[in-house]
Amino acid sequence: MSDDEKRIGVFICHCGSNIAGFVDVPAVTEYVKTLPDVVFATRNLYTCADDGLTSIRESIKEHKLNRVVVAACTPRTHAPLFQGVCQEAGLNKYLFTFVNIRDQCSWVHMKEKEKATEKAKDLLRMGVARARLLQPQEEARVGVTSAAVVIGGGVAGMSAALSIADQGFPVRLVEKESELGGFVRQLSSIYQDRKDAGSVLKSIIDRVKGNPNIELFLNSEVTAAEGFVGNYDIVIDTKGKERKDKVGVIVLATGTKEYIPKGLYGYGQSPNIVTLTEFEGLVKARKLPKMSSIAFIQCVGARGQDKTYCSRICCNVSLKNAMNLAENYKNVLGLEEAGAATEAATPMEAPAEGGERRRGRRGRRGGAEGSEEETTLAGPKLEIVIFNRDIMAYGIEHELTYNKAREKRVRLVRYTPKNLPQVSVEDGKLVIDYYHETLQMQRKMSPDMIVLATPLTAQADAKDISMMLKVPVGQDGFFLEAHVKLRPVDFATDGIYVCGTCKGPADITEAVSQGIAAASRACIPLARGYVQPEALSAYVDSDVCSGCGTCIEVCPFSAIRKNEQGKAEVTIAACKGCGNCGATCPENAIFMNCYSDEQLLAEAKAALQEVKG
Amino acid sequence: MEKNESSVLVIGGGVAGIQASLDLADKGVIVHLVEKEPSIGGRMAQLDKTFPTNDCSICILAPKMADCYGHPNINVWTMSEVVGLEGSRGNFKAKVLKKARYVDENKCTGCGDCLEKCPTKGLPNAWEQNLTTRRAVYMAFMQAVPRVAIIDPEHCRFLLEGKCGVCKKVCKREAIDYEMKDVEMEFNVAAVVVATGFDVWDPTPSTEYGYGKYPNVVTAMEYERIINAAGPTHGHIQRRSDGLEPATMAYIQCVGSRNLKTGHPYCCSVCCMHSTKESMLTREHIEGIKSTIFYKDMRACAKGFNEYVERNKRDYGVEYINSDATVQGQTEKGNPIVSFDIAGKSQQKEFDMVVLATTLVPAKGNVELAKRLGVELDEFQFFKSSDRTLEPISSSRPGVYLAGYCAGPMDIPESVAMGSAAAAKAMEAVVQREVSQ
Repeated sequence: MSDDEKRIGVFICHCGSNIAGFVDVPAVTEYVKTLPDVVFATRNLYTCADDGLTSIRESIKEHKLNRVVVAACTPRTHAPLFQGVCQEAGLNKYLFTFVNIRDQCSWVHMKEKEKATEKAKDLLRMGVARARLLQPQEEARVGVTSAAVVIGGGVAGMSAALSIADQGFPVRLVEKESELGGFVRQLSSIYQDRKDAGSVLKSIIDRVKGNPNIELFLNSEVTAAEGFVGNYDIVIDTKGKERKDKVGVIVLATGTKEYIPKGLYGYGQSPNIVTLTEFEGLVKARKLPKMSSIAFIQCVGARGQDKTYCSRICCNVSLKNAMNLAENYKNVLGLEEAGAATEAATPMEAPAEGGERRRGRRGRRGGAEGSEEETTLAGPKLEIVIFNRDIMAYGIEHELTYNKAREKRVRLVRYTPKNLPQVSVEDGKLVIDYYHETLQMQRKMSPDMIVLATPLTAQADAKDISMMLKVPVGQDGFFLEAHVKLRPVDFATDGIYVCGTCKGPADITEAVSQGIAAASRACIPLARGYVQPEALSAYVDSDVCSGCGTCIEVCPFSAIRKNEQGKAEVTIAACKGCGNCGATCPENAIFMNCYSDEQLLAEAKAALQEVKG
Repeated sequence: MEKNESSVLVIGGGVAGIQASLDLADKGVIVHLVEKEPSIGGRMAQLDKTFPTNDCSICILAPKMADCYGHPNINVWTMSEVVGLEGSRGNFKAKVLKKARYVDENKCTGCGDCLEKCPTKGLPNAWEQNLTTRRAVYMAFMQAVPRVAIIDPEHCRFLLEGKCGVCKKVCKREAIDYEMKDVEMEFNVAAVVVATGFDVWDPTPSTEYGYGKYPNVVTAMEYERIINAAGPTHGHIQRRSDGLEPATMAYIQCVGSRNLKTGHPYCCSVCCMHSTKESMLTREHIEGIKSTIFYKDMRACAKGFNEYVERNKRDYGVEYINSDATVQGQTEKGNPIVSFDIAGKSQQKEFDMVVLATTLVPAKGNVELAKRLGVELDEFQFFKSSDRTLEPISSSRPGVYLAGYCAGPMDIPESVAMGSAAAAKAMEAVVQREVSQ
């Protein structure tokens, strides 16, 4: 610690009348001059304007100031400006401190000017007490390995890899299966225009394979990762063969798996009771049995039945399949050759029009779609029912499909969790016993096939990856982003990003968007070429540290690890200076660079000190 | 940081445009962020809280607004719009018209002295959904970025008649400039990001909800301001008719959306959660309030949303009724009468206040902007992507990318992700331009 004489300069802002209208700024300025080590105090109409900044710059030289306090608005908007001026005048920017007398005084105490003035004095006394103990700091600049690894070769991972590559950086794309494509490989079609899923996948896989910046690792997993933003040492394991590698950033795109509805709705009791994805597989392989009726049951194991969440996409996948069957059922069922002349006239589109379908009272479609159930399907060969709680046809395309499905006589029957449809298998025959909400009576149907729409769930290895990279998963097992609103593809830990269904249910387009978004975030440290954290980090006194590891557990940024001596060590580039470790260390072995105990206690003492006179 | 010589134009300073700008600027690219309003922040700045975490909206957005405005690589052009775009991906020339603010952004410190002295009062405050008034010189809103006043040339006495000049007299910074003119600027940019957001549908022409006729029927966006502590009633929930606090409230979903008659047959994706949030927060403002949400399908289909709705039912006692609903008259006390169905039977019930979850529609300016940018719109006038499945970020014109609600209904996290994604696509254009040179 420096023994130099402390020479503190204080600059108090009127902010026009924004502060001065409520705080007696001249009185505060006179008061500040009485505080220890304050050698200069002045007030400015606008400290942030040119003349205010000039006054800081010149006063530092003229009065040989070695600490600067500005009392004004908020550090969020103005600290960088004042720190910059200090630096221009040759003063280390960490010798500057900010006191907010706008938001904390004039704005909140507009009706009590005297008290606002007294509070401004209190805050300044605290600021000056803190300033006396400030120390100059140097910011460490750490280089960055200019490469990325993307874990997971589904649509999200491929999109991320392509964009990182096209932004000019080498990418390792690691996929544990023998092929790229992920979950979409199991699907027959996607819901936009019911395009063939295989062709959509092929177009993106071809781009990945043709991109010179992407190195592909199939049958591979990342088995170890150590380090921090810009500098990760990873191990890629390909069927037992290990490759050690260095990357600057990591993108997680490990995908999802379908929930298996064991014990629900007769699953397992008949080959004709299948999950939605199994159904997609049957369509893809053209192995659907011949049938005259089919029922989809939505929210199986979701929205409180087992998982608490809604899986977002299943309603729209069921609608897509229902529409596909309604419009092309002979083709889908492999009956196209057998069509007799009378059946050629698109039977699904020519139901006996007993007039308009029933609609809501005011000519608008009501919530009670079940009322359509009474319209029988005269003529068509395939009856399609979707048992649902709410149809999640969000946005444009899904809602339009939902409308079309109703026009195509896809029956939408609403159920509530209190009255779940009951499925039984009697001599191989499927029966659904259900309560009709609108008619308020019990009904039955015997479909040839039942499709259970179950939620997408977290991958089995999500926990392991979470442990390896020290990134969190939520209660639902999906990876948990840094902020659900404003940081949707970041983790709290810098340098690791997340996209696609490993973070929660999403469709292909959303997975693509998130993949490219994660690429944008991941390329920031790569494009800069270095990371330079503010010098706010925590430090461990290894003589005092007992190696208990408490700090490692509470660090939200994975910035602490044990060194070879078994002592805690902070990775400065990853530390955000939040202070969790310092506050929890039972040995008091950790101190915060810019918020030392000494500084905080000095502020607290100053706050409690009585003002004389 | 090495400054990249290439620039990118971002149109729209809402959360999507802000995110796109920050991502690009952090990579060393110069960003020209063009915003037609006097402040950046967009729609998110108007919201009270955000679902499903009930974070204060402006509190989480304001730091991003400040970071954006203060970023050395971002030039924020408020009061500005794009008037032309020539060239191709990697080498566009964009023309931007910056309208006169009549206040010098470099001098004004936002102290507010002029706002208090301007004699022209009582003008509708559109940002506050016309629930309160402003003067001819005003601040866009309390947390505006830049925090700079603006003069409304249609009402300023000096600009209209050459008389007054009060604001100029009281401004100690000499920031008022009545001589200021519109300026046309030209930027060379490698790519363009369109993030122009949405408009809120005006339910006035619709007779089904009594909006404009019954004072205690309000839109969801009006309600956002009413419930906001910084809003016109300082967060006190009051009926427009008599200023009394409501004891019962109804929320009607899908107002103007999922409706062929209004031309908006789609679902706007956010209103189910929006009403859930508003009813939950209202319960925190008013002990014992009884709220009912009338919905067609409860679309709580993203992370934590279903749980949020369940919590609203369980812990906040909000009732959800699956029915269409309309407002059919009001009582003598001014209570709107809501008409709905239960199990096919028509019912009527009066509420102290009704909030209409009005749909969010493509911005009116989309048609003109699309023409200027040479890009296509879809049948509803959202910006059209070149491939709905694999290229959701790319517009019909190479080098012009899309982010946020201007490309179709979505919520805040999706807009933020798309803002980042558009930044990535723009960065690809920057990088490829540099390689080819």
